[in-house]
Amino acid sequence: MLSKRIIACLDVREGNLAKSVKFVDTKDIGDPVAKAKEYYLDGLDELVMYDITASSDKRNIMLDVVEKVAEQIFIPFSVGGGIRSVEDANKLLWSGAEKINLNSAAVQRPELISECTFAIGSQNIVLSMDIKKVEVNRDFPSGYEVVINGGRTPVGIDALFWALKGEELGAGELVINSIDADGTREGYEINLTRMIAEAVSIPVIASGGAGKPEHLLEVLTEGKADAALIASMVHFGDYTVSGLKAWLDERGVRVRKTW
Amino acid sequence: MTAVEAIIIDYDAGNVRSVQRACTEVGISATITADPELVRRADRVIFPGVGSAESAVDTLDKRGLSAALKDFYATGKPLLGICLGCQILLEYTEEGNRDCLGLINGEVLRFEPEDHDLKVPHIGWNQVTEVGSHPMLKNVSEGDEFYFVHSYYCRPTTKSDHLGYTDYGTEFCSILGRENLFATQFHLEKSGAKGLAILSEFKHWSAD
Repeated sequence: MLSKRIIACLDVREGNLAKSVKFVDTKDIGDPVAKAKEYYLDGLDELVMYDITASSDKRNIMLDVVEKVAEQIFIPFSVGGGIRSVEDANKLLWSGAEKINLNSAAVQRPELISECTFAIGSQNIVLSMDIKKVEVNRDFPSGYEVVINGGRTPVGIDALFWALKGEELGAGELVINSIDADGTREGYEINLTRMIAEAVSIPVIASGGAGKPEHLLEVLTEGKADAALIASMVHFGDYTVSGLKAWLDERGVRVRKTW
Repeated sequence: MTAVEAIIIDYDAGNVRSVQRACTEVGISATITADPELVRRADRVIFPGVGSAESAVDTLDKRGLSAALKDFYATGKPLLGICLGCQILLEYTEEGNRDCLGLINGEVLRFEPEDHDLKVPHIGWNQVTEVGSHPMLKNVSEGDEFYFVHSYYCRPTTKSDHLGYTDYGTEFCSILGRENLFATQFHLEKSGAKGLAILSEFKHWSAD
């Protein structure tokens, strides 16, 4: 039987690991390469790294970090942040990323998804969506809106519509990141995750809000997510990857236990 | 210690560098090449791959690599297939309706799970069961988990070619082999220490 995946997310700014709360006030908390290796050895199922470097001229630092991480970990490795073209994606793949996370640039130019899936293959393209709760109305029948630029800019697109569109354009997986829940450590947005997971036929990764093991249990069962993304929980040492997996396993969630 | 040398076949189907990195980690010095002559002359060949079978098969044919792989197999030296590289060893794939190398009898079919909760592609960590006895599988135990990414699965017709199974709506053959050929549907290079342990055996394995 397929296991639910625990994915750790490293937000990397100019080569250092940062963790944001609701996407503002990011603070540096260490070396991403060392963290990646630590989690890998502790049974992590997959790693995601987002480049949150503000200025594009410093993006080459990220390629170097990706290369160093890829030499250390032998699990799926996904990279996102600032990818605007097949060329950007190919540079990251060549540096050692497996999967490419598209976000803002895909919202601004949806063909980017199909261009990347054609060039690289659907299974390696992840559409990462930042989503904010809004009032249900004619424009937002799902009650959720897509936002970009780290959550600062609403784009007037319904979240469920965008998830289905992303699947249609060839995305192999979706990351559903709730801006409202992000960094709060008060739990994932269960309704949003479940709504999208039930509507699409590709795997859904829940993101934003994990603070306690119960939150993972909730989103992997009730929320119907195929994978749960975690950050603060493990970055600050409150929990370990293996500890979380053991806890979930005791409660009947199928997770990978051998590594 | 001198590293064991191997050839990784490059046919524009996925990240061959991930496979190369994993090889480095276990002490295999792997050269990435698309040259059929280097494949024919190699001591060990790794045939990886992700992506669509139709373009992969077409590229292999166009570059003369299909013939080179068949010739290499005939030398009796170790051949390791991974994921798409595993599927293409069979006779035929439903993906794009392509004839494949035919080194293993059987065909490759698309997943069509009745359970809507089972998504296609099959992405993630899954177990292997009924693990056969094979030198490459020395360190693999019943229930060990490996990383899969695929929408099609292998159905080899000769029972003795089956070396392990995985359940995803249907039970499919996820490890297969015959003579000097060994292949896995899962990604050895992305399956953590368990995957590296299999890859590491490729250093010593000879089918004699």
